[in-house]
Amino acid sequence: MTELAIHAADQDIGDQLCEQVRSAYTDRTPLRIVGGDTRGFYGRPVEGQALNLAAHSGIVSYDPVELVVTVRAGTRLSALHAALAENHQMLAFEPPIFGEASTIGGAVATGLSGPRRPWAGAARDFVLGTRVITQEGKLLRFGGEVMKNVAGYDLSRLMAGAQGTLGVLTDISFKVLPIPTATHSLRLPLNLADALKKLAELGRQPLPITAAAWHNGELFLRLEGGKSSVSATQTRLGGESLEASFWTSLRDHSHAFFQLNDGQALWRLSLPPHTAPLKLDIPETDIFYDWAGCQRWLKTSLEASTLRAACEAVGGHATCYTPHAQGGAVEPFTPLNKVVEKYHRNLKAELDAHGIFNPGRLYAAF
Amino acid sequence: MNILFDERLDGELVRRDKSEVLADLQQAVPEMTLLHREEDLRPFECDGLAAYRVLPMLVALPETLDQVKGLLMRCHALGVPVVTRGAGTGLSGGALPLEQGVLLVMSRFNQILKVDPDARLARVQPGVRNLAISEAAAPYGLYYAPDPSSQIACSIGGNVAENAGGVHCLKYGLTVHNVMRVDVLTIEGEAMTLGAESLDAPGFDLLALMNGSEGMLGVVTEITVKLLPKPETAKVLMASFDDVEKAGRAVGDIIAAGIIPGGLEMMDKLAIKAAEDFVKAGYPLDAEAILLCELDGVEADVDDDCDTVRGVLEKAGATNIQQARDEAERAKFWAGRKNAFPAVGRMSPDYYCMDGTIPRRELPRVLKGIAALSEESGLAVANVFHAGDGNMHPLILFDANQEGQLALAEEVGGKILELCVAAGGSITGEHGVGREKINQMCSQFQPDEISVFHALKAAFDPQRLLNPGKNIPTLARCAEFGAMHVHNNELPHPELPRF
Repeated sequence: MTELAIHAADQDIGDQLCEQVRSAYTDRTPLRIVGGDTRGFYGRPVEGQALNLAAHSGIVSYDPVELVVTVRAGTRLSALHAALAENHQMLAFEPPIFGEASTIGGAVATGLSGPRRPWAGAARDFVLGTRVITQEGKLLRFGGEVMKNVAGYDLSRLMAGAQGTLGVLTDISFKVLPIPTATHSLRLPLNLADALKKLAELGRQPLPITAAAWHNGELFLRLEGGKSSVSATQTRLGGESLEASFWTSLRDHSHAFFQLNDGQALWRLSLPPHTAPLKLDIPETDIFYDWAGCQRWLKTSLEASTLRAACEAVGGHATCYTPHAQGGAVEPFTPLNKVVEKYHRNLKAELDAHGIFNPGRLYAAF
Repeated sequence: MNILFDERLDGELVRRDKSEVLADLQQAVPEMTLLHREEDLRPFECDGLAAYRVLPMLVALPETLDQVKGLLMRCHALGVPVVTRGAGTGLSGGALPLEQGVLLVMSRFNQILKVDPDARLARVQPGVRNLAISEAAAPYGLYYAPDPSSQIACSIGGNVAENAGGVHCLKYGLTVHNVMRVDVLTIEGEAMTLGAESLDAPGFDLLALMNGSEGMLGVVTEITVKLLPKPETAKVLMASFDDVEKAGRAVGDIIAAGIIPGGLEMMDKLAIKAAEDFVKAGYPLDAEAILLCELDGVEADVDDDCDTVRGVLEKAGATNIQQARDEAERAKFWAGRKNAFPAVGRMSPDYYCMDGTIPRRELPRVLKGIAALSEESGLAVANVFHAGDGNMHPLILFDANQEGQLALAEEVGGKILELCVAAGGSITGEHGVGREKINQMCSQFQPDEISVFHALKAAFDPQRLLNPGKNIPTLARCAEFGAMHVHNNELPHPELPRF
């Protein structure tokens, strides 16, 4: 196995982090877990002593032939991407990068995935194993560095998206995939109804589509795969070619769409596949359809309750990305149903009895 | 060390009089079928791990959710354990009954509720057979990807409980990657939906936690799975090798060439012979190992990839490479692999199937270790291997009618799993821990890690009524297990109490 160092500053500060958690547990000091501090906007604000993982960085092991990389949580996404790209590999879930300091630990803790999500899978789908600091300050290992492992409960996937409220992620092992040989992105003028119809139709065929978005009268598609299939599909679909950076700008919210006007909040709607446009009083130009319509970005001043009711009616949910824009009164995440919430509380009580890990980040109660 | 439930090691169970529990449940859930006579219980005494049999106290065969709920609520109130069972094809004793427990059989929940081709989702009840989902989706050109070898018989509820795999996992993932949502009843009888038809749901990823939790956290009552478009084409190459190690290295070379095959399987000489004798798959009997490499996708890409893989295999020293000429031959090649277990079953009165996973690079070393264990014990071992994702299925041949052979097979199996753990792998890739590998959990995990698993369990089922004794060993069991594995006179886990 290759031992790699991305830069000279790479180090393992696991012991130090455990020590800080141990004393926080004893003193019942809330901790605010932080890596590159680029995702603080996501979720509810956390008051607490900073537990800083940025210095806990570097690739612990990477064996391209095994398709597995193990990396410390503080490693920057840009550095990890570069190391993988050298071997023509990638994190297939395309984690958003919200700033140069963005770390892999934050990417997994928030569990966010980019445009390839519906075809390749989410962040949690690529997590094979983790090392986690428990409330007592013990560094434990769950999962592993193998593709298949069903021994014990899947604690590693549970940690993905839990936003540090159940423990501190220090090391993560991922399944990585080869970068596709060929890629081509295209844009087609199409109205929304026709675009959604076309996406459902294309979705039932074995085509090399790995991203699909719609905005302002245009359908955007990315094709990835072998040279032959990409070029055949390109010929079949036609359209004008589109620069690949379009997908990065959508992933990282650097696309012009994400500039908000006064009074607007940014919402993310997560909806079942093939959901018709919701009946909301929002101009079409203020909606961006990603994930073939399963993820929709909305710029609006509508009430949270209005948006959430509309989503709930079709089996989806809504997340507010700018809870502060409306005076901080908005809960960023859709409230849980009573039974589900009970088991969330139980889980939190078992794994973080004193509420020291990012208290209140997801919901006020835990 | 016997794997049957041992209250000294696995925790005490509430003792209730059978007739009292029967009367209670008959009154609380009057319409539900409840089996209680020994001859009716007998067919349920084991799952696919037939070497272990326990007669349950009662067998419940509910047909409605209200009945399941009523049953769970009464069992919760009485403190009676509940073991949930699907089709009973599991290979790790996950549905092994308890003498003092109720066996909850979900097989009557066998309806496909909806296939939605536009959303590419299917909503099914837990007793639906794995293959039946793909059959229902086929008219739309869609299918359900995970395909455990038992797919004609195993149920999707059991697949979720075990996080079942199959031969296409490297490319298409395990059950956890293909399930969107599950409806669950808790031990208290509360209904809960985890996951969603949307691609994520708010809160913790309890859906991921439920997959592979072996019926210990809740009872799955409905499942929504993702359907995929059927690949336009699938082609399979069979390569022969005169050396197992060369075949192992070829697997890495294929991945290194940037190709993710739909399936990549390896069989050793003994497994080849067994399969060939059984299904006449056209396997080369003189080879030390064969690789089956299936490439699927869009026709033009698959042809390009076949050329690439052929080149890689030649360079890796394959003595012969054959591409299935047509669909019939492709099916024949796969028939040998998919029937490898029953094929080995014909060679020997009994066999014991292991399920360890390893990083692929460790294959030569682990195979050598297995060969040494085989020689030392005198028990033959056939190796079948999901090579692409490092999941080994060594099959230990033995005769249970010969005094001591079952115990010897178990011992060899245990040592093989420990080899896998030492190589950086896991004791189970897709069959689950169940009761079978409960002791080996102690070699894969430290007591602190096992304590975290107990904490997770306590969040859902603090009285430990759902499938007690499976999946996660008690620390007492690990101490006892550790005491049998004293190395250099150092007792592992000296901090734990012992019996």
